[in-house]
Amino acid sequence: MAEGEAPSGSRPLVARWIVGFGHFWWDFLIGDTPELFVGALVVVGSVALLCLDHSLRTAAALVLPVLVAALLGASVWKAGRKRPS
Amino acid sequence: MTGTVTSSGPLVLVVAVFLASSVEMVEALTIVLAVGVTRGWRSALEGVVAALVTLAALVALLGPALVHFVPLSALRLVVGGLLLIFGLQWLRKAVLRAAGLKAKHDEDAIFAEQVAELTAAPPSEGRAATGFVVAFKGVFLEGLEVVVIVLTLGTTSHHLGLAAAAAAAAVVVVLVAGLIVARQLSRVPENAMKMGVGLMLVSFGTFWSGEGVGVHWPGADLAIPVLVAVYGAVAWALVALLDRRDGHTVTSAVGAGGADHG
Repeated sequence: MAEGEAPSGSRPLVARWIVGFGHFWWDFLIGDTPELFVGALVVVGSVALLCLDHSLRTAAALVLPVLVAALLGASVWKAGRKRPS
Repeated sequence: MTGTVTSSGPLVLVVAVFLASSVEMVEALTIVLAVGVTRGWRSALEGVVAALVTLAALVALLGPALVHFVPLSALRLVVGGLLLIFGLQWLRKAVLRAAGLKAKHDEDAIFAEQVAELTAAPPSEGRAATGFVVAFKGVFLEGLEVVVIVLTLGTTSHHLGLAAAAAAAAVVVVLVAGLIVARQLSRVPENAMKMGVGLMLVSFGTFWSGEGVGVHWPGADLAIPVLVAVYGAVAWALVALLDRRDGHTVTSAVGAGGADHG
């Protein structure tokens, strides 16, 4: 540890809780798959734009699962390109 | 009206919460068993009880607060988005494990590692406290994910009590099963369960995020089981594609309970 850097144990309890809370949500939502986080936001955002036109709201029921499946496929395929160690 | 989950929803909700809770509790139980064996059962069980009480308090406090203070449409959009991201993560891992591209969760190895760590720790000082803290952390951290699932699924569908009951039932079932199988937790078909949970979370996430942005689902909440089936087919196809690409025999079917037996 660098000189002058406070060890985590010396941080105030509230600060440790806030850091821990942030870590939990980071791991929970992003973790090692940031593409799923960004992709899900893009998919839902795109469908929200589609739904601005009321006549397309039923079609959006087909578009949304297709986009989600494509996102899953892309993420799995990307991971599958790396061979298991 | 598509705003309420009225027919198929509660069953899918109960199954999703039960499976998710079971998977997380199996992981927690591995830690608790290791603590019990090395540090004594009293401190391990005290840690478990304290963690479960804390988690139940979180659900009891946050659940009604979410329902009362957050508009339903906003709640559905945010919760749907959360479930979609979380479910996609579970499903992705389960597909990769079923295709043999990611190591399976090995509870036996985790148990052995925990026992080794706890045995190596100084035996005399703070023996009970160490056991309590490790058991508490194990159950609390694994349980937090369950709390998020219970709160999101429960509040959005207005079945918070049902979701909490399903999670509590899973805790009891896993506890009883744990007592019976003792340290043979690797026999639990964890990957198949994670695949099922992932499918349901992605389906709920799709449904509610869609509701949140104004999608008109044909058949209202009957769309949920249809989504589960569609995503199940997609997951199966992905496993088969990866298997074929890598020249494996297609044995790791999506729902195969033996997926974790390796």
